[in-house]
Amino acid sequence: MKTITLEKKEQLQALNVSGAEAIVKILLEEQVATIFGYPGGAIMPVYDALYGYKDKINHVLSRHEQGAIHAAQGYARVSGKTGVCLATSGPGATNLITGLADALIDSTPLVCITGQVHSSLLGTDAFQETDVVGISMPVTKWNCQVTKAADIPKALAKAFYIAASGRPGPVLVDITKDAQFELFDLLYTPCTYLRSYVPTPRLDNRQIEAAAALINKAKKPFVLVGQGVILANAEQELKTFLEKIGAPAAWTVLGLSAMPTDHFLNVGMLGMHGNYAPNVKTNECDVLIAVGMRFDDRVTGNLDYYAKQAKVIHLEIDPSEIGKNVATDVAVLGDAKESLKALTTMVEANDHNEWVQSFRALEKVENDKVMQAQLYPTQEQLSMAEVVRIVSELTHQEAILVTDVGQHQMVASRYFKFNNSKSNVTSGGLGTMGFALPAALGAQIGQPERTVVAFIGDGGFQMTLQELGTIKQENAQVKIIILNNNFLGMVRQWQELFFDKRYSETEISSPDYVQLSAAYGIAGKRVAMRDNLKAAIAEMLAHDGAYLLEVMVAKEGNVFPMIPTGASVSDIRLV
Amino acid sequence: MKRYTISIFTENFIGLLNRVSIIFTRRHLNIESITASESEVKDVYRYTIVLTTTEEQVLKVVRQLEKIVDVLKAFYHTDEETIFQEIALYKIRTSSLSQSNAEQLVRKHNARVLSLAEDFTVLEKTGYKEDTQAFLEDLASVGVLEFARSGRVAITKPMKELAAYLGELEHLN
Repeated sequence: MKTITLEKKEQLQALNVSGAEAIVKILLEEQVATIFGYPGGAIMPVYDALYGYKDKINHVLSRHEQGAIHAAQGYARVSGKTGVCLATSGPGATNLITGLADALIDSTPLVCITGQVHSSLLGTDAFQETDVVGISMPVTKWNCQVTKAADIPKALAKAFYIAASGRPGPVLVDITKDAQFELFDLLYTPCTYLRSYVPTPRLDNRQIEAAAALINKAKKPFVLVGQGVILANAEQELKTFLEKIGAPAAWTVLGLSAMPTDHFLNVGMLGMHGNYAPNVKTNECDVLIAVGMRFDDRVTGNLDYYAKQAKVIHLEIDPSEIGKNVATDVAVLGDAKESLKALTTMVEANDHNEWVQSFRALEKVENDKVMQAQLYPTQEQLSMAEVVRIVSELTHQEAILVTDVGQHQMVASRYFKFNNSKSNVTSGGLGTMGFALPAALGAQIGQPERTVVAFIGDGGFQMTLQELGTIKQENAQVKIIILNNNFLGMVRQWQELFFDKRYSETEISSPDYVQLSAAYGIAGKRVAMRDNLKAAIAEMLAHDGAYLLEVMVAKEGNVFPMIPTGASVSDIRLV
Repeated sequence: MKRYTISIFTENFIGLLNRVSIIFTRRHLNIESITASESEVKDVYRYTIVLTTTEEQVLKVVRQLEKIVDVLKAFYHTDEETIFQEIALYKIRTSSLSQSNAEQLVRKHNARVLSLAEDFTVLEKTGYKEDTQAFLEDLASVGVLEFARSGRVAITKPMKELAAYLGELEHLN
């Protein structure tokens, strides 16, 4: 794989260049080394310009625009950089929509550039014309259309600034073909300010003081960690804060890997399939400190019974999240890194050992009733959890975990262990099946030296399996594990529990994945027996190149614990 | 449930009205009236949107509106906190003006004649929606050929100027 480093310049100037070449020059100016895309009629001038910059920009040719954007998301999530996507007009652009929605709800910085028909044809139902700005509006942080080359620099400058600043998100710039052809004098200055946009609210000392006062009085403080910590690079500040106040901390699916799994104050995952202790204790704590998370319904369960006994402190960069779902007593607006740093200086050192130990007691209950049987099953059929455990062990908790959506995603989130941040890539908010395979490719390109392991169900894999072609072409060393239960497992589990086992359209067949990967020139193997599992995983990890391992797991395995829809977090079911 | 006037101050960009209206659509909120025009600050546009909902909902909507990158500021106010007005135009046959009660109606509703042509006359009335509606209903006896009513325009009672908010934004950045 190619890695390209760039030097930063202050201002870019070029005389008599085409809009298309300006786009490429601006990408370079914005330190973009890799872009993900797919060519087509209305974006051809940009592809033509890229041809002259092959040594400077690595373009990854996906097999479908959805693959391109999920790859850009994976890239952004592990690298902390903005993912960049290129697509043509019409279907090229509409194929980006799922990824835009996914990136918006999971706060992933993306800049998508779409080609558009000639400006004279706008609104005429021309070939491959669609109202991309209109369609993408609800699923972008910002978007715009450009019809003149001279407007390209400002639009892209804004795009890069908006995507990465504040609460990150996807932006889309739609550029007509004539604007790409048009010659003009390029002058590019990166955007650092917009009068209508306050990306990071300024810290308010009164809020910090109020939060510290609550924390200092707390007997049972409990910290909830979201992706805001990772996006703010505030992992160290979080650790210092937690250790100073001696409070247990649990994470959301997107906050996973923000703190090491083995940290003594890490008490596990929140939410529907999270751990027993943090869910039950949510309704026992006296001060709930939410950091960079948004109280998603999968985290809170029934809001009428959510932490009603607790004072709620919310550290958050996005003012619209305050009080959106859970009434907040003290809102600390700002970047998590700054907020945590400021708060740490104001709080008293404390030790809530007894409170922390009370989590451990419940952890033991969960371990005895659920986890042991999942991690070390005695039944003949393989469990998803034991596969996850072995991969985590053999990668020494150093790997990047990429998951798709469904049972395997919850199992992997529960049992995979982490030493490092920015090591978990999943579609949390949108729950996009088909996300993992392209996202894993992007993650591998974003972190070429790290091991990237993708766990994918047999359902989700078949949604974007064409990206095996991209993985091969890029020689990305992605390790792909299909946990095959011949079912759309999560839906089947719900049908079992809530729809009288009426398995409506959840039984799904698969192709021969080993032959399939072989057809793509990717090594692969199928395992169905416990005796062969560990060796097969070791072989996969040792293989030089991409590898697909299909593991046949129990057909009707269920993920527990579980908070049924409409129930309170403390009514989490162990079986 | 209460009636609220939301005032939104925005940059003047194509498509922004769409982005604003999506916030309402997504929450299944019905917009009762909407007007948009340049504000007292050059290049800053003011949208005035009226809807009936709960204060909790309108507060969340305003926060979502302010989250839009190109929105400078959004406020919400109750009817008591605003001075507001709507304008309505009524087209009637000029010949019907000579009907016995037409003059009385114009006087009663304090309407004025905006345009007088040989075959039609346009009357204008400003006021609350209830007022313009009452005039419309009374005019029915004369016969209304065409009727158009604007959305609400509103001025808020609190004395802070938009420029002051813009100044604060500059300071925050």
